[in-house]
Order: sequence, then C-alpha cells, then structure tokens
Amino acid sequence: MKTFLLELLNNEVLVYTLMAIMPLIWVIPFALFAVWWERKISAHMQDRLGPMYTGGWHGWSQTIADIAKLIQKEDIIPTAADKKLFMLAPYVVFTGSYAAYAAIPFAASYVGSEINIGLFYIISISSLVVVGLLMAGWASNNKWSLFGALRSAAQIVSYEVPVALSLLAVVMVVGTFDLQEINHLQTGPVWNWLVFQKFPLLLFACLIYIVASLAEVNRTPFDLPEAESELVGGYHTEYGGMRFALLFLSEYANMFAVSAIAVSLFFGGWNSPFGDFLSGHWLLDLFWFLSKGMALIFVQMWLRWTLPRLRVDQLMYVGWKVLVPFSFAIILGIGVWVLAAGQ
Amino acid sequence: MEVTLTDVEPGRRPATIPGLGRPLRAEEMVISMGPQHPSTHGVLRLELVVDGEIVVDVIPHIGYLHRCFEKHCEHMSNYQQVIPYADRMDYVAAMSNEFGYVVAMEKMLKIQVPERVEYIRVIMAEFSRIISHLIAIGTYGLDIGAFTPFLYCMRDREHVLDIIEETCGARLLYNYMWIGGLSHDVKPSFQKQVSEFCTYFRPKIKELNDLLSYNKIFIERTANVGVLPGDVAINYGASGPVLRGSGVKWDLRKNDPYSIYDRFSFDIPVGQGLKGKVGDCWDRYMVRVHEMEQSTNIIEQAVAQLPEGDVQSAIPKRIRPEAGEIYVRTETPKGDLGYYIVSDGTASPFRIKVRPPCFINLSALPAMCRGAMIADVVAILGSIDIVLGEVDR
Repeated sequence: MKTFLLELLNNEVLVYTLMAIMPLIWVIPFALFAVWWERKISAHMQDRLGPMYTGGWHGWSQTIADIAKLIQKEDIIPTAADKKLFMLAPYVVFTGSYAAYAAIPFAASYVGSEINIGLFYIISISSLVVVGLLMAGWASNNKWSLFGALRSAAQIVSYEVPVALSLLAVVMVVGTFDLQEINHLQTGPVWNWLVFQKFPLLLFACLIYIVASLAEVNRTPFDLPEAESELVGGYHTEYGGMRFALLFLSEYANMFAVSAIAVSLFFGGWNSPFGDFLSGHWLLDLFWFLSKGMALIFVQMWLRWTLPRLRVDQLMYVGWKVLVPFSFAIILGIGVWVLAAGQ
Repeated sequence: MEVTLTDVEPGRRPATIPGLGRPLRAEEMVISMGPQHPSTHGVLRLELVVDGEIVVDVIPHIGYLHRCFEKHCEHMSNYQQVIPYADRMDYVAAMSNEFGYVVAMEKMLKIQVPERVEYIRVIMAEFSRIISHLIAIGTYGLDIGAFTPFLYCMRDREHVLDIIEETCGARLLYNYMWIGGLSHDVKPSFQKQVSEFCTYFRPKIKELNDLLSYNKIFIERTANVGVLPGDVAINYGASGPVLRGSGVKWDLRKNDPYSIYDRFSFDIPVGQGLKGKVGDCWDRYMVRVHEMEQSTNIIEQAVAQLPEGDVQSAIPKRIRPEAGEIYVRTETPKGDLGYYIVSDGTASPFRIKVRPPCFINLSALPAMCRGAMIADVVAILGSIDIVLGEVDR
C-alpha cells in the first residue's frame, strides 16, 4: 500500500499523512454504525424497537443526528477543572485507541505500518488510553470522575497482564510478532485458524483474551469505570458536546481494535474460512476481516445487555486470581508441547 | 484541589462533620451521593464518608420531596379528600396506601363494606404489590448493572396497569378505593383478564429468575452484602420484605389480618440465607420475587370467589366520625403502613399521622453500609426499596 502510494504521489509527507488518516475511513463510519447497532440490539433484546424515525428506515441516521447535535453543543468546561488537562484528555484517549489501528492488518495487501513487532506495538500503544482516562478524571475535579478514572487505571493495568499473556501463548506457537505473518500462517480452511491449534490450549487462551479484552475496553460486566448506577458517568461525567463524542468514539474504536486483534490472532484474520473459496482479492480480505470483527463486537454487545456488573474487588479477583494463573498454565502447557514436539 | 467539609483556614481545628461526630481523618473524604444521583431512587441524598472505595459512614439526608401530607390532611374539608393525597405517598403502589386509609376510616365509622368490595380491594392491593415489586426488582437489576431485566419487569407491569386502567381510568394515582366502597365497579371482562394475567405472569417470574436471580455475577454482588440480622431489623422497626428478608416471619396479612385476608391460603416467604447469610441483599430481593408468586395465588383465589353486589351501597352520605382516634396498620409492598387518625367530631380530620415503612426501613441503611464499598451502598439501598414520596411525604 505504502509503496504503491509512494510510486503514485512521489511525496513522502503526503503519503504518510494519507496512511495516517486512512483508518478513519473505517473508524468513523464504524462508530456511527456501531452505536446505532448497539441501540437496535439492546432494543430487540429488551422487547423494544429502539430508534425508528430518524432517517426513515429503522432510524438508521439516529447517530448521525446525535453527532450533529453534539457538535452544536456549547463547550462547557467546569470552573474548577484543570482546563488544559481537561481539554487535552479526550485527544489522548483517542490517540491511544486510534494508534493501534496502524498495525492492524485489514487485508493481505493493506496494513498501516509494516513493522515486525506489530503485536507488541499494539499492546503497548493501547496502554496510552489509561493516561487519557486518568487525565480526564483528575482534570474534571469531580470526585465521581476521579473514582471512575482510578477504577479504570487499576482495571486496565491489571487486565493488561492476562491480555499480554494470552497473546504471548500465540506468539510462542507462531514464533513471530508480525501480525501480517501470523495471518499468512492461518491461510486455508477453518481448522488452520490458530484458535484450533494446539487444541485446546489456544482455545482457552482465546477465551481468556476475550474476557480480559472486555475489561480493557470497559464493557459489561467490567464497565466499572463508567458504571452509571454507581459513578453517575465515571470519568466522562463532566464532559459534554464534542469532547464527549470523542471519548465515546474512542471507546468504540477501542472495541473494534481489541476485536481486530482477536480476529487476527485466533480467527484467521482476513483469510476466508473456506480455504481458497472467496479469497484472494483485497476486497474479499477486507470483507472477511470486518465481518469477523463485527461478529465479535456483537458478542461484546450481547454480553453487555445480559450480564450485571462486577464489584471492584471481584474484578481484581477475576483478573489476578483466575485469568493470570490460567494464562500462565496455558503458556507452560504450550511450552511443554512445543519442546516435546521438537520444533 | 478537593474541597471537603474539613477544609478550614490554617491554624483552626478541622471542623466536625455533622452526623459523623468527628473531623475527617487524613485518608477519608466526604462524597455526596444524590439528590441527583441515578441510583438513589429519587431525591435521596447520602453523604458518604469514604476511605478509597470503602464506606466508613453514611449520613442520609431526606426531605427533598416533602409535601406536607399530614398538614394538608388537617385542612381537607372532608375525609374523602385525603385519598388522592394518600395515593401520592408510595406512588408505585398507590392502591395499597388507599387501602390502609379506607380500612382505618371504615373501622372508625364502623362501616361494614359489601363482600364484592372486599374482594376487589384485595385483588387491587395484591396487584399493587406485584407492580411495586416489579419496579423494585427491575431497578435493583439496574443498580447492579443489568439493564435488560428492568425492561422485562416494565413490560409485565404494563399488563397489570392495563387492567387497573380499564377499571378506574388511571394508571398511577387511582383514587379508586373510597370510604365504604369503590369509585367504579370492575368491567364484566375483569375476571377473564385477571386469570389471563395470572397464567401469563407465572412463567415470567421463572424467566426473571433465570436471567437475574440466579445469575452468578448477581449472586456475587448481592449475597453476603448488607447483612441485617433479624434482631437488628426488629430493633430498627423494619418491616415488609426488609424484615422478612432477615428471616423474621412477620406479615400483617397473617399476623394481624385485616379485610378478608384470613380467607386465602398463601405463604409468607422469608429470607433463608440460601446464597449467603440470612438477611443479605439477595434474601431481601428473593423475598420480593416469592411474594409476587404468592400475590398471584391470592389474586387467583379471590377472582375465583368474586361475589356479585353493588360496590357503592355502603358509601356514607356524609362522613362525620365521632370524636376519637384510631390506629390501623396494613401490609403494603414496602412494609407496615400505619394510619393514626384523630377526629374531633367535625367533617375534616383533626390530625392524620402516617407510619411510613420506607422511612423506617431507610433508617437501617447506615448500619448495613458501614465497611461496605461504594457499589455495595447502591446495592443495599436498592434492596431496601424506598420510595421517596413515602419517606418524605
């Protein structure tokens, strides 16, 4: 992609700028769609209809109308807030979640930045989000926001450990950090997907990753940082208008980012589940990648509208005493397996 | 940056927190929960003294919804006019409030109401228990973080409200039970509708249990949280599901029967500590679920025996009780609702005093919350099931 653009435009600055904004082509429509989709899913799960009027067909443009409303809102900054941090925080949060898209391989021919430690990069850059959340909570000068920020910091830091360990299990099997290479290894029929390799060890690693990634993106049952019934709005209590929209956007961007990692590492990435059938073209790659990602997003939404929320000490218990030991056990198992197989 | 109640000029002693009785320690802070907090079930304000996420003490502040109910009653031109005001106390179970008041007035006036009236009243009172508990359970799920059961409860509640609406035209504040009778007779299709509702509702309770009551996370959040032992509950004067959740078998419908409750067979569910200690939040929650089943039983029995008759034949032309006083208590969904009515022989009440169950149950909140976490305060408050209209009156 990059080489193609370089040949076409022959201007490095322009090409890198283009490459940087390219994921936005997906992220923004995705966020708009996902918010509407989540409303519809929750509504149908709850015997409701959800938005039905805006735009005509099943209220399809409801979120667009909402964004238009949020843009027009007065920009309110609380008097007692730390103004600079307060204004900066949503951008830091968004940067953290958006930067992860640089290394996500959307298709065989497209990955934003072809670095051979893509997985490592994503794990580290997505931690930037927590800095933004802490900034937002602290700068709001609101005790509830501070609680939300501290909870999210504690949560993301603890759940990063099982996430990283379960991804490490995959790296031990494939022997590379390069996401594109991991995808190439999974070419072929469904049973070539990594989730079925070293059965059932990587399946368990996948489950641990999915549970822990729910905590990473603050979704139910781990949505403590923004627990509405406890903390009013958590770290974004004091935010309104466009800044709130940006926090919201980065939350959905993050949701897709963690799903995309799961898809790349466990579910074959952009590979077609039918081997050579319906594969080969970059559009087909993109189709498979995005639909697998959306399927995982659906699971996240499904869980959100079904489960209650854990308490903060139970959350830590699940993280440190259940997920971390199990992921260590999986790593040990895979290590023994790899050694025994003599690879 | 933080401005707490202890922030004072240098050189002065830190101020004592009213309600806590001492200045704050260095690691503590006061956090104000409500009156606009989403989980205080109305306009309750809780001052939480917290050490991190651990709650050291809770100081409830009430009165944001005070409407001078008792003072208003003294200025009514007759006793009948009190009923719409009684509706507005516990507005999610208005029928039960009317029921207590009309039972008290009929006892004072020594009126024997027709059988049909008694039966319809019992059906309506049990309906109001179901709709009140549905709100309590639904919002409790909301407090714990489960959004969906709330809408399922609202959906089932609609069926009851439709029946009540067809009977008396109102969905929230009914003014249906009059002294000596009812404002309207039920429609001819009433019996059929009620039986249909009963067959519809029983599977829905099971659905609720599958979705919420026996959910692992829900049990983790509610079992062993906010334990209120039976003796402490009695000392606080708690009643209703809060008392029964603590394992005390006390229900005025059985212990001090009024109206025709002695004619029906039903059980009184009590907390058994199945998932934790007796008297925890899960027990209180589960008592409500079982009470809905029992109310459905009562409704089914009552509607099968519903006699014919005129529902307005015993309504007195003018209500002028002899000078005297009376105290009558009835079992509302929230607990023992007592009316103390003093008459001076004129047409308007001299004094009406209400013993509101929510207000008294709420007084046990600080005892249950000490040492819990902030998320538990929300869970405990939800399990008490207060309605601020009744707490503040």
